[in-house]
Amino acid sequence: MSETTIEKIIKKFPDAGRDSLIPILQEVQNIDGYLSRNAVLEIGKYLQLPASKIYGVATFYNQFRFQPLGKYHITVCRGTACHVKGSATVLSILEQELKIKAGQTTRDGLFSLEVVACIGACGLAPVISINGTFYAQVDNNKIRQILRDYRKNDSIAVQNN
Amino acid sequence: MIEIEVNNRKVKAEAGEMILSALERAGVKVPTLCHMKDLVPSGACRICSVEVEGYKNLVPSCSYPVLEGMKIKTNSPRAIRARKTIIELLLANHLQDCLYCVRNGDCELQTLAIQYGVREKRYLADRCEHFLDMSSPAIVRDQNRCILCGKCVRVCEEIMGVSAIDFINRGSKTVIAPAFNQSMNVSSCINCGQCVMVCPTGALREKSSLKEVTDALHDPDKFVIVQHAPALSVTLAEEFGMKPGADIDKKIVNAFRRLGFNRVFDTSYSADLTIMEEASELVSRIQSNGVLPMMTSCSPGWIKYVEQFYPEFIPNISTCKSPQQMLGALIKNYYAQNEGLDPAKVFSVAIMPCTAKKFEAKRPEMSWNNIADIDAVLTTRELARLIKMYGIEFDSLVPNEPDMPFGKRSSAGKLFGGTGGVMEAAIRTAHYLITNREMDDLVVKEVRGLKGIKEMKITIDGMVLGVAVASGIMNAQKILEEIKAGRNDLHFIEVMTCPGGCIAGGGQPFNTDQKKITARMQALYSIDQNEITRASHLNKAVADLYKDFLEKPLSERSHQLLHTHYSEREVMV
Repeated sequence: MSETTIEKIIKKFPDAGRDSLIPILQEVQNIDGYLSRNAVLEIGKYLQLPASKIYGVATFYNQFRFQPLGKYHITVCRGTACHVKGSATVLSILEQELKIKAGQTTRDGLFSLEVVACIGACGLAPVISINGTFYAQVDNNKIRQILRDYRKNDSIAVQNN
Repeated sequence: MIEIEVNNRKVKAEAGEMILSALERAGVKVPTLCHMKDLVPSGACRICSVEVEGYKNLVPSCSYPVLEGMKIKTNSPRAIRARKTIIELLLANHLQDCLYCVRNGDCELQTLAIQYGVREKRYLADRCEHFLDMSSPAIVRDQNRCILCGKCVRVCEEIMGVSAIDFINRGSKTVIAPAFNQSMNVSSCINCGQCVMVCPTGALREKSSLKEVTDALHDPDKFVIVQHAPALSVTLAEEFGMKPGADIDKKIVNAFRRLGFNRVFDTSYSADLTIMEEASELVSRIQSNGVLPMMTSCSPGWIKYVEQFYPEFIPNISTCKSPQQMLGALIKNYYAQNEGLDPAKVFSVAIMPCTAKKFEAKRPEMSWNNIADIDAVLTTRELARLIKMYGIEFDSLVPNEPDMPFGKRSSAGKLFGGTGGVMEAAIRTAHYLITNREMDDLVVKEVRGLKGIKEMKITIDGMVLGVAVASGIMNAQKILEEIKAGRNDLHFIEVMTCPGGCIAGGGQPFNTDQKKITARMQALYSIDQNEITRASHLNKAVADLYKDFLEKPLSERSHQLLHTHYSEREVMV
């Protein structure tokens, strides 16, 4: 994120104190998809808060991420219905396949993984969503197939460009 | 005053005070793991909970105020059971290897487990495995031993004003770590070690150099030289059961000889040398319109603090190396040559009340001709461990004289051990340098004592000097902000990173409290009272060094060996 964008966001909060920290963090993440180190430092300078404090607050909440979103952002529903239908396994398969943990992004920047409480599609449990597209009743094999398809389509798209 | 009842005993309490402080005064001890005197209670650990008649729940005594007629039971079965359960839960999430822990026998959690008779593992939990952060040259962070009491976070933020660490993540995944869960070496940590002093377990500890030192002591090719800091002789005694403030200067010399050190020197000598250089630098800055106010450079935590948070004040810091580094440079580049020793075979050890000194010794600037000034730094605690390991009975030690020439000191150099000491020593010598005569009364009362900020105007030969002494970084920060806002009546500022100075440093014995610090300070003052040589410029060994080697203060040789430079640091602040 360029400094000017952060400055722009900060300008929306004149005379902000530490109580404005979370709204500012949310705004930054809305625009950029994550909280960069630079953003944390800039916000710290503005609010006169140490980076450790800001990082401490941000990591307390699930909503903040510290890596840029992947090209394909996967959200895993860990709501009650999905849990009963085995979403814990779904998450661990995704983590294994992508070799990342929830909250992280693959090194090639293709996939990022996020856990959410409930995406309101309990009838489809266990459900994941990739860039807003829902995949219902996923299991081991389905997940591997979905990821394969995304990788294939992506490399075709890259070649065509 | 109000009256409360504690364990069926009538006790007086002050309205508004917390139950815990009333209990303490009444001689009733309730354990705490997170309580910090003089700071707002955090109520994090709940170990101090007591039962109050008519209250449904147990009450955390550290953070609940007394009320008239309160009937408190500190040892009701319910309170005891609650405390024991908390201890058991903490242990369930704790590394179970006390025998291998540096705090074994000196750990607050262990002590509580003993006192409350924990005899079985009732809770089996999946413990989070955390990596061991050994990245810092001064402090080891081991989250596997952390009980999340938060004292380190609070001391770092509220006492030191650094905030290098904080609680990261939530719930069972919580850890104490620097911003972005980075390692300590790239954080804004200034290595002061105050977090180590308050840690109830072994989660934060000094990076030990004992192995390097014992290896060197038994290496026939190494010539091992030791120097010890001014604050050491008035604190080490506590580790051997003596009363706070006992001065065992000469006994320590004997202990060093019995440990096998080839030469024993006194850092107070190079404190005298520092004063000669620093006072000359101050006079020269004043006479040549240099950058003022000048700030002291002997406290390495403070140096890193300025480099990170106030780089605009780097030109204000005296270019003098600290006494530890000055003596290190002289040992390798003067003493070794005089004695016909190969500097590469000299192993130079410094015993310091400080963890930041470990960092300072590793700074790349602290060397000459690719030979490091200092090879290893041990804290007061590590030295005590070494003496005990080598089976040296402290009572059997007869006083010994240190080796010359770097064993000779004035009591001004000794005063470096406490806040205001550098200032007092500098004033004594600056007075002489400017007027060519001694002060009528050498004691400078205005800069003595443990107050946070001490200021005075001192007139020397018609020249009015504004001086300030900051005890603890937070107080220094206040002065820096005043200067930024335009204050310009100060010429010289002494800063000690730790509140109280080196006698309260991060390498000192655990359980250091205000009473002990006061006793140690008093010990320094009485040493000064009883000494014949009480000013740095009167130290004959320092004068000889100038005659034989350095020529004069701020000479080219001095600049090569005794002065240094600082640079802005990019860290997550």
